[in-house]
Amino acid sequence: MISIRNLTFSRGEQKIFDDISLDIMPHKITAIMGPSGAGKTTLLKLIGGQLNPDSGSITIDGENIHQLSRTQLYTLRKKMGMLFQSGALLSDMSVFDNIAFPIREHTQLPETLIRTIVLLKLNAVGLRGARNLMPSELSGGMARRVAMARAIALDPEMIMYDEPFTGQDPISLGVLVSLIQALNKTLHLTSIIVSHDVQETASIADYIYVLSQGKIAGQGTPKELAESDSEWVQQFMHGKADGPVPFHYPSDSFSSDLLAH
Amino acid sequence: MNYLQTYLQAYLQKIGHVTLKSLAKLGRASLFFYSIITALPYVLMRPQLLIKQMFSVGVLSFWLIIISGLFVGMVIGLQGVYTLSTYGAEASLGIMVAASLVRELGPVVSALLFAGRAGSALTAEIGLMKTTEQLSGMEMMAIDPIKYIIAPRFFAGFLSLPILALLFSSCGILGGHLTGVELLQVDLGSYWTQMQQTIDFYDDIVNGIIKSIIFAWVVSWIALFEGYDALPTSAGVSRATTRTVVNSAFAILFFDFLLTAIMFGSA
Repeated sequence: MISIRNLTFSRGEQKIFDDISLDIMPHKITAIMGPSGAGKTTLLKLIGGQLNPDSGSITIDGENIHQLSRTQLYTLRKKMGMLFQSGALLSDMSVFDNIAFPIREHTQLPETLIRTIVLLKLNAVGLRGARNLMPSELSGGMARRVAMARAIALDPEMIMYDEPFTGQDPISLGVLVSLIQALNKTLHLTSIIVSHDVQETASIADYIYVLSQGKIAGQGTPKELAESDSEWVQQFMHGKADGPVPFHYPSDSFSSDLLAH
Repeated sequence: MNYLQTYLQAYLQKIGHVTLKSLAKLGRASLFFYSIITALPYVLMRPQLLIKQMFSVGVLSFWLIIISGLFVGMVIGLQGVYTLSTYGAEASLGIMVAASLVRELGPVVSALLFAGRAGSALTAEIGLMKTTEQLSGMEMMAIDPIKYIIAPRFFAGFLSLPILALLFSSCGILGGHLTGVELLQVDLGSYWTQMQQTIDFYDDIVNGIIKSIIFAWVVSWIALFEGYDALPTSAGVSRATTRTVVNSAFAILFFDFLLTAIMFGSA
């Protein structure tokens, strides 16, 4: 289980997280949602140990990741997979080599076995036939599926998805949604999805945290959140143009602006 | 009076801010260099990474260095004959061409070309890898990008530039021969014999190699650090690439002066 306690993190003067606490349950899909700039990706980087909090703790299976040595952190990361928004595939390697890369680096397996593992992973995301393509030849959706295959290459215990649905066409979207669900179920993963795509995320998440202005604005199952009496959560979950987050950027009244000259 | 005080305060604040920012960057660059050095055993265990990068930064700069060296040598040959003939000393052309190339122009010009060709490419490559989250992706795969990406490129640059500088000087000497001996009829025997008699292996050639080793260290360090430290945006990578070329040029010329003063200052 991942446990975040009293986490505070700032960038310069701006407080991204202000004393938040949350739990990620094992073998479940937990979604972290919120508008752009709410710090969702930052939270993944904090969980992955790429950023250090100002205060508070993040523990994974009882280990405070920000107190680990570099070697211990790297050992822990072998149990984590991460899908970046851009895919983050290594541009000078083919699809096959991208997936084989972490296996080659972390194991002493013979090439024949590595080939079998890579083909199995690629088959799981439906791209076995694309193994010889270079990342530049892939569509956005395909790149994310390859990145997904790479994220599960070392059979991790948990996987973090950073905005997996952003900018996808409906078919790719459907494929990604069902893949995330299928992988989580088949591999008994603990999944964290960071997203602002409400419909897709709510359709597969077991539990959702909604972040806003450094705080947790709401939490619960997708059903609980859809019925939440919080105006802010209602506005976010139903995509209303106006509400606690105003449509208009703060300014003087329109009439006084018009009559100013 | 108040205005002056405010102005002075703002000015001092600005100086303080720039100084602190520069010191912080120098600190980051030093830690970055330290982590590259500690990655040397990893690179030695994976020579294929080093060879691949030596091809990229060294072999692909080959023709640029050969052609530039040849033309620089040809120009020194022409200028040398015109200047030396005033004193009837055309026979010393070989010494002039070789000494200027081996001591100065070989290491300096090849380092400047290397910074423009390979240094800028390294910065852009690393900067783009950062922008497209490839470096973060590696970290999350528990693979240290300093070991896998940065260190092989650093040592490839470090090894390639001295070889390129030697090639540059050799081609320059041939270029000097083409214009001086073949075109302007300087005596062939004098050109090569005087050169052999005067150019000292340790004082000239080894010192030239030491210079290019220092330049290789400086250029590779600047290029890789600027890429690694770049803002992960297209404008950030563009600015970092420019900084690599400009800062490398300044550093090369500064170290050239320093090394020349140390090596030849007492001569």
